[in-house]
Amino acid sequence: MAKVPKPDELAQIEHRPPESPWTETPVEFRPGTYCYGAKPQNIEPVDMPNPRDWNPADEDWKLPENWKQTVLDGMKLRLNRFRSFKLFMDICVRCGACADKCHYFIGSGDPKNMPVLRAELMRSVYRNDFSTFGKMLKKYAGARELTEDVIKEWFYYYFQCTECRRCSVFCPYGIDTAEITIIGRELLNEIGCQIDWIAGAVANCYRTGNHLGIQPHAFRDMIEFFVDEIEEVTGVRVEPTFNRKGAEILFITPSGDVFADPGTYTLMGYMMLFHEIGLDYTWSTYASEGGNFGLFTSHEMMKRLNAKMYAEAKRLGVKWILGGECGHMWRVINQYMDTMNGPADFLEVPKSPITGTVFENARSTKMTHIVEFTADLIRHGKLNLDPSRNDNKIVTFHDSCNPARAMGILEEPRYILRNVCNHFYEMPENTIRERTFCCGAGTGLNTDEYMEMRMRGGLPRANAVKYVHDKFGVNMLANICAIDRAVFPPLMDYWVPGVDVTGIHELVANALIMKGEKKRTTDLRYEPLPGMEEEEEEEEDV
Amino acid sequence: MNPLNAIVFSLVAVGVLVLVALLGAGVADLQYFFGVVVPYAAAAVFFIGVVYRVVYWARSPVPFRIPTTCGQQKSLPWIKHDALENPVTKGQAVMRMVLEVLLFRSLFRNTRLEFRRGPKIDYASAKWLWLGAIVFHYAFLVVFIRHLRFFTEPIPGFIHLIENVDGFLEVGVPRLFLSGVVLLAALTYLFLRRVTVPQLSYISLPADYFPLFLIFGIGLTGILMRYFIKVDVVAAKELTLGLATFHPTVPEGIGSIFYLHLFLVSVLFAYFPFSKLVHMAGVFLSPTRNLPNNSRIQRHINPWNYPVKVHTYEEYEEEFREKMIEAGLPVEKKE
Ligand code: SF4
Ligand code: SF4
Repeated sequence: MAKVPKPDELAQIEHRPPESPWTETPVEFRPGTYCYGAKPQNIEPVDMPNPRDWNPADEDWKLPENWKQTVLDGMKLRLNRFRSFKLFMDICVRCGACADKCHYFIGSGDPKNMPVLRAELMRSVYRNDFSTFGKMLKKYAGARELTEDVIKEWFYYYFQCTECRRCSVFCPYGIDTAEITIIGRELLNEIGCQIDWIAGAVANCYRTGNHLGIQPHAFRDMIEFFVDEIEEVTGVRVEPTFNRKGAEILFITPSGDVFADPGTYTLMGYMMLFHEIGLDYTWSTYASEGGNFGLFTSHEMMKRLNAKMYAEAKRLGVKWILGGECGHMWRVINQYMDTMNGPADFLEVPKSPITGTVFENARSTKMTHIVEFTADLIRHGKLNLDPSRNDNKIVTFHDSCNPARAMGILEEPRYILRNVCNHFYEMPENTIRERTFCCGAGTGLNTDEYMEMRMRGGLPRANAVKYVHDKFGVNMLANICAIDRAVFPPLMDYWVPGVDVTGIHELVANALIMKGEKKRTTDLRYEPLPGMEEEEEEEEDV
Repeated sequence: MNPLNAIVFSLVAVGVLVLVALLGAGVADLQYFFGVVVPYAAAAVFFIGVVYRVVYWARSPVPFRIPTTCGQQKSLPWIKHDALENPVTKGQAVMRMVLEVLLFRSLFRNTRLEFRRGPKIDYASAKWLWLGAIVFHYAFLVVFIRHLRFFTEPIPGFIHLIENVDGFLEVGVPRLFLSGVVLLAALTYLFLRRVTVPQLSYISLPADYFPLFLIFGIGLTGILMRYFIKVDVVAAKELTLGLATFHPTVPEGIGSIFYLHLFLVSVLFAYFPFSKLVHMAGVFLSPTRNLPNNSRIQRHINPWNYPVKVHTYEEYEEEFREKMIEAGLPVEKKE
């Protein structure tokens, strides 16, 4: 694995394009800036084409013989299926408003990371093969032939886009480069050019229900482990159930939270909250993944993986589905699920059994976001909260791209935060809400061999955190996304040491005064609660 | 393509067009061709082309609801919903579009990256592009409306009104219209921006410079004709009105600059549907802007939705049944 340069070296970023025109600047597969190619064992189980051992840095990509026809046919098919794709191929005026909005461009200075040029990589081929002018005027119309080098460029730059949609906020026509990247990745997948991290996650989700490949019994064990942990901290024993028919609610969250810190604390937070309010819910080992790595592969794969949610809800006979803190999971639920796998007419419109609130905004999908659910609980005074338990945490909030720009969940998490902690500061206006910056590792780019690019892409976000860290002493970065929780810790260590990462429900659980709890001296991380530092030490001495 | 080549290519292209018109109408005396045939052909290409283009886009469905949400969603009743930036009804989406089309709202958000050593990153306000764009488009619109006087008789009141506003400075004979000058100034700004901002010149194609030069040529010939090289306005109107009423006539002695102007306009019209200029029609169809974000409230249909292969619960249990039973997890089939 490539060594990541030191932060001050990495920060020497030139935003000046090179001398040679972009069409004549070949891509260079420098370690640390690209992801490994998909291994055969990860694409065979889901019947994806052209399984082989290959390495993007090699000269020969072992493309299938008819690769070019496959790609062009694939483009044609998708032009006919997606108006967005067709339109976005035609109407860009290259005004450049999107250019400096992309975190990868800001962090790398590579002009092909300007959203407009990322899209031109595809448009140039579109002009060459699908437009009369382009066919006539060739390069004078900005057209170029589809060659293997173009495929390599696509691979490099379509897996250097986190489909975060920030560019689309600023484009006067709403051109969403993410849509082009999504199609670009679909086309690459048609000829077997997937990255391994996504391919592995997809294969695992398909077979075991979650991207980590946790089998049912292990899934249960892992959750039971956290039951013990919760008891240790609070003295309360929560009792999760699994695959239970007749439960009122099916709860689905990203499996990353079952597996790695600090997401695990958020997971504990969910269970404590549900226990406290006496929610009749069940986990599923079959639908044990909220995240959908199909979104980063193809629309079809997204649908194949997403199908489990409704199927499991139907099998278990629950009334509605509650979804945990996750980013792209919610993009899929909001924009695609009902259309792809609905109608969910076997479910009921979600209604909070505690407050009686009917979630009208989920009338058709029948799936409610946990921050909507919890905000409603707090609003109705159903939770006994002591925000001072989070007093040692100076918190800021990162809007994850998908909930912000593909959904619009902006206020709910902030409302919760203001109720569960006393020190909450916003990052600068140009870096939050719909203008939020990506973590730098979304859409399946959260792999270790890609670390340099992750640090680059995460720079704008980290820089904004640094601002509030320096100004207000912020030491905790809250978010509602499992990928954030996985990728922010190294990003913070790199750019802003001294800032930890948390989900919202970890903070909720810290503040939550549970019925029958013992005197709590630590938070979920076994760190002393404010004012309890000494008692903690005493306990340790005993 | 290297930036200089793109500029030169476009300049040459416009230069050739100018020559064609001057030689054709001025020297070879092909006034009927340049005064009637070309404008009619251009208008036909424009209308058919734009319709064709819109139909071409519209033939592809919008399978999923993918609005870019730029504000708070509609969720709990006590959370303030941002109806303009995150519409949930058709009416709200229309309002969003109106602001987008009339005020260039998204472009108004524009910021400029300021990257300093440290690193210290700032996003400075950058409204110049918005201003340049909106001024250009509105100036163009005013010029366009003013020109309707050449195609109508009697001239409707609103055209007089626009002319009075446009000429409010009351200087010069004939009275100076601000819109023409502003149009050229905005074009100059857009051009200079394109060549001086390195990233922008890096992405620019001949297709970006050509319309700039072409419109500049149109504006320039228009201004020359109005203020400097006089043409027979009455004869010119006879021609244009003839075109509009489908009784084309070609009066003598209008002056070749008029034919040059008309020719460049014709080229612009004919070029329009095949170029990036169709953004004017396309913006209305943009699925990230014109759709309500209501896909959790209302089911949307994808016309080409097709069944896919899934991993069913039965298959899953089949594989893991023993382990599930051992772990005390409920199963459907107990062997
Ligand atoms: S902002 Fe939109 S129109 Fe302008 S260059 Fe970017 S994608 Fe093209
Ligand atoms: S979607 Fe995000 S990562 Fe992709 S080009 Fe746009 S801003 Fe960059």
